[in-house]
Amino acid sequence: MIQADLTVILPEIVLAVSAMLALLVGVYTTKDKLAPVLVWLTAALMAVLAVWIATRSSGTAIAFGGMFVDDAFSRFAKVAILLSAAAVLVMSQDYMARRQILHFEYPVLVSLAAVGMMVMVSAGDLIALYMGLELQSLALYVVASLRRDSARSTEAGLKYFVLGALSSGLLLYGASLVYGYAGTTLFSGIVQVAQHGEVSLGLLFGLIFLISGLAFKVSAVPFHMWTPDVYEGSPTPVTAFFATAPKVAAMALFARLLFDAFGNAVADWSQVIAFLSLLSMFLGGVAAIGQRDIKRLMAYSSIAHMGYAMMGLAAGTALGVQAMLVYMAIYVTMNVGTFAFILMMSRDGRPVTDITALNMYAKREPGKALAMLVLLFSLAGVPPMLGFFAKLYVLRAAYEAGLIWLAVAGVVASVIGAFYYLRIVYYMYFGEEGEELDRGGSKVLWGFLMASAAVMILGIVNMFGVEGAAAAAALVLVN
Amino acid sequence: MIGLEHYLTVAATLFVIGIFGLFLNRKNVIILLMSIELMLLAVNINLVAFSAFLGDLVGQVFTLFVLTVAAAEAAIGLAILVCFFRNRGTIAVEDVNVMKG
Repeated sequence: MIQADLTVILPEIVLAVSAMLALLVGVYTTKDKLAPVLVWLTAALMAVLAVWIATRSSGTAIAFGGMFVDDAFSRFAKVAILLSAAAVLVMSQDYMARRQILHFEYPVLVSLAAVGMMVMVSAGDLIALYMGLELQSLALYVVASLRRDSARSTEAGLKYFVLGALSSGLLLYGASLVYGYAGTTLFSGIVQVAQHGEVSLGLLFGLIFLISGLAFKVSAVPFHMWTPDVYEGSPTPVTAFFATAPKVAAMALFARLLFDAFGNAVADWSQVIAFLSLLSMFLGGVAAIGQRDIKRLMAYSSIAHMGYAMMGLAAGTALGVQAMLVYMAIYVTMNVGTFAFILMMSRDGRPVTDITALNMYAKREPGKALAMLVLLFSLAGVPPMLGFFAKLYVLRAAYEAGLIWLAVAGVVASVIGAFYYLRIVYYMYFGEEGEELDRGGSKVLWGFLMASAAVMILGIVNMFGVEGAAAAAALVLVN
Repeated sequence: MIGLEHYLTVAATLFVIGIFGLFLNRKNVIILLMSIELMLLAVNINLVAFSAFLGDLVGQVFTLFVLTVAAAEAAIGLAILVCFFRNRGTIAVEDVNVMKG
């Protein structure tokens, strides 16, 4: 029995053990000389694990009495999480080494966070959900304040910690209510309780608390207050990490909880999610207009994008979940490219995050400016790019589920949001002449930027098969 | 006779006090940590009360996990706070304001 269970969670065990080994090696050899090697090794391991998980098995395996579920849905999310975490690790190496913040703890913490995210998306029980979420969050609090000697970075860590702990508290209170009124912590048990007629008031309260706790983690309005400050204060590679893998994990966990545990009460949560989605889309679009700092701007951009992804969830159908998964996959790819560009922004070797520094950038670096233009158009959802199809997908899901008002609001919000992306394009191509940014930059970052931009254009042919995988994943969850 | 409702009421009260402590406190970050701890302990009361009421052990197992995680969380919170204090020389909530928002 235990052997079969352990086989199911083998990828998680491998990653966790390797993280602990890396920690031991780092402590015994001391100093951070090994850090670049560890970064590359961890990234390679994650990429290998992603391939392994994708090809390992088809079908559904359940381990530890239903606590841990390995199905097409969790595999899809895990591959996205591992690949984006590996990409961000590789991207951080040069930037962090140059600024002397490449401590050996960084790859260790990132892989522990990745283990937490993998447990989250596979959770089949409230306890597994909580443990995965906390493993991820605790590792993220520390990486946020990785630059120990900077007031901004430690402040970002502190804010993230306090608000993250509050959200964990809310989620936990919800979990305790759900346990009390359903009599079990297993999702499969909760869904049966909800099946028999009405959902009791206690269960509903628990559900609302769980949703608020998770909304914090995906930074949906009105639980988004921490996002801009944490994005701005953290070192840029860490911001890139925050904007990718944890978002996928939290959205996948959201879907897992809502459909596996409350799949019989769609009407009860669909309106709440639709409301959160609406607020996030509008606030993300409007509040970003006044921002001058590109990291803060990306924070509001991610709030708005989470709003769109939640629109897919609000639909409450298999198509909705499929749209959400496709959206997250495209979102992550866009963000990896955009952050590769932001990591390259520097003047005399010091990082620059002011968007006015991009004035007339296209004149000096036409290739990079063009790639960034493609990515920004894609983020805004301008038609020929992949980002447009991502939005189209969720809008269609919402429309077919009868949430027409939400789909219309989504279109309006995306038009408002397009303004601030296009303003960066304006600065790059038509702005006034200003102080130059450094030319060149790391080859690795350049590669990621170009690859991501190429995906945004080439992907419209067949989305590289992501569509089919997402459809299979969604069918497992919604039946 | 003390029933389930009493325990739930106490837990809910403690939880609300914890939330208010987080939002109304303007003095000290340590008080924020205490408020967070209060919230988690309120959840524990809930879980144990439900566990006893339902005659089901899972709630108590959950409580042990929560206690462990809360300890780890407090350790990390204090570590970040020490770093913050080294940089700013203060732990007043009002001074957590390098960035707006």
